[in-house]
Amino acid sequence: MRSVALAPILIVLAVLAVVPLLTASNVVLNFLTLALLIALVGQGWNVLGGYGGQYSFGHAAFFGTGAYATAILQTRYGVNAWAGFAAGIAAGAVVGASIGALTFRSGLKGSYFALVTLAFAEVLRILASVAPITGAGVGILVNLDLRPEAFQFQSRAPFYWILLALVGVSLVIVRLIEHSRFGAWLVAVRENEEAAQALGVDATRVKLLAITVSAAMTAAGGAFYVQYFLFIDSGIAYGPWISIEALLAPIVGGIGTVFGPLLGALVVRTLGELTKLAIGDAPGLDLVIFGGVLILVVAFAPRGIAGVLLDLQRRLASMRAAVMERAHG
Amino acid sequence: MLSPVILVTAVLNGLLTGAVYALVALGLTLIYGVLHIINFAHGALLTAAMFAAFFAHRLLGIDPYVAAIVLTPLFFALGYALQRLVIGPAAHGDDRNILLVTLGLAVVIENALLFAFRGDTRTLNLAYAFDVVDLGFAFLPLPRVVAFAVVLAVALVLWLVLSLTDTGKAIRAVAKEKLGAELAGIDVAHIYAVTFGLGTACLAVAACVLLPTYYVNPHVGNAFVLVAFTVVVLGGMGSIPGALAGGLFIGVVESFCGLYLGESLGQIGIFLMFILVLLVRPNGLFGARA
Repeated sequence: MRSVALAPILIVLAVLAVVPLLTASNVVLNFLTLALLIALVGQGWNVLGGYGGQYSFGHAAFFGTGAYATAILQTRYGVNAWAGFAAGIAAGAVVGASIGALTFRSGLKGSYFALVTLAFAEVLRILASVAPITGAGVGILVNLDLRPEAFQFQSRAPFYWILLALVGVSLVIVRLIEHSRFGAWLVAVRENEEAAQALGVDATRVKLLAITVSAAMTAAGGAFYVQYFLFIDSGIAYGPWISIEALLAPIVGGIGTVFGPLLGALVVRTLGELTKLAIGDAPGLDLVIFGGVLILVVAFAPRGIAGVLLDLQRRLASMRAAVMERAHG
Repeated sequence: MLSPVILVTAVLNGLLTGAVYALVALGLTLIYGVLHIINFAHGALLTAAMFAAFFAHRLLGIDPYVAAIVLTPLFFALGYALQRLVIGPAAHGDDRNILLVTLGLAVVIENALLFAFRGDTRTLNLAYAFDVVDLGFAFLPLPRVVAFAVVLAVALVLWLVLSLTDTGKAIRAVAKEKLGAELAGIDVAHIYAVTFGLGTACLAVAACVLLPTYYVNPHVGNAFVLVAFTVVVLGGMGSIPGALAGGLFIGVVESFCGLYLGESLGQIGIFLMFILVLLVRPNGLFGARA
């Protein structure tokens, strides 16, 4: 195996890891925790949408499944929170693989795929809002039990570090995918599925694996949400807000890049907080901004912030080369 | 087993509901047939139209049926401008980008309405809202019978426009062969925008006929549009007769689901059918394109 450049990932993680040592401010940690949560969920979307070109509008289906699985196991069956967390990720992966098997085998792609994922998320939302096991309209409250064994902590810092570790794992996974045969197949399917198939790539299998990995990452985000807030209901778990943030983060940051979702999540969350500061916490306003950002990014920076930075770097390099040439010539 | 009278009434009520679904679907299928895009902003635009009709009555005292005369051309212009100034330029001709731009529009419109008017559900109190038509064995609400008639009229007008006028011929030409139409001197960007405008105008009409009996809130359009998506997929993407037949059919299905399963699960019936239809027959029952 070729050497994989992990150094940038480690540097970013190290920088983020010292934040709780520098400040005890709950506002800062809460903000960063939410941004990292969106980064994790968005990285999941990025695997399928960014690298595989399959745009899902219903990643809430995976987020919510991860969240409900761990919440139900803990509150109704007394399962340990850490085991519940692992089960939540597994449940998300199973739902991802099932939706993938149904849709990809029927040859759904493009807008059809986007539509059908949206519909799955809505079906799950309605089911969760009436089924007794999910707490119907009331939702599920996880009992307060501030012990590390119960995946609950006195302060925010341990939560933050655990989430950061999860984001780190997702970054490494995506970096490894980029450098693997599977990653090459996935990008080939995104660029031209027919051509990839003509070259012997089993497109359906590649997409199935991608949606399974994608769903597992997003479900991890959902399961973490439950531990952090100790509450879940159908609107949070399967609502459109998480589907939109999941795709917005990688698109703003740089679709199909390792750091895109993290970068995008930080920018999008900052925008959200700034609007809150400027105008107050009015329902709907943050999403108005997010929708506008989505349109503007697609219109003016289709490759996101990462693309803009790369262009800038290239332009600087060519300018420097021109200056050097003039100086020496 | 329920008595035949209840069943016949359920069918008739389903047809009346289905007519509005058909009208919403008509706009969606027209846009899909010509631009080959799924307009995710359709629901939000319907909501916007319903708010417009609501405030036309609340603030200016204009009856929804009268408001339609003003709102329809207004929403045609809005749709034209959205396609010409926002969706077209922002998408760079990439289908995936169009998906994201229309999704972004939907999010902006819906949440701007939520921000402006809060999540409250509003209804109009009109004198004729509870008038009924007596069929002898069943009573049908008058406003919904009017809606049914209006939908048929709109479908007829749309069909005449598409088959008889020069613009209609240009629209059909672009739908069939974009490059060829462009070579023949048709301004494709203009035709795209006109089509998007027509699709949006359908929503204004739908909003005005819905309002006498329906409520308004910032999310009201979504329910209709997911149904309309189902209708469009069922009837065949881009097919106008398909949208009409599909709309009526779904209306009856919903009516029966509500009768046997109750309200909240009746809604699930629609989604499950939508997923099933997409998985099994992506070309629709008629397999037609515009």
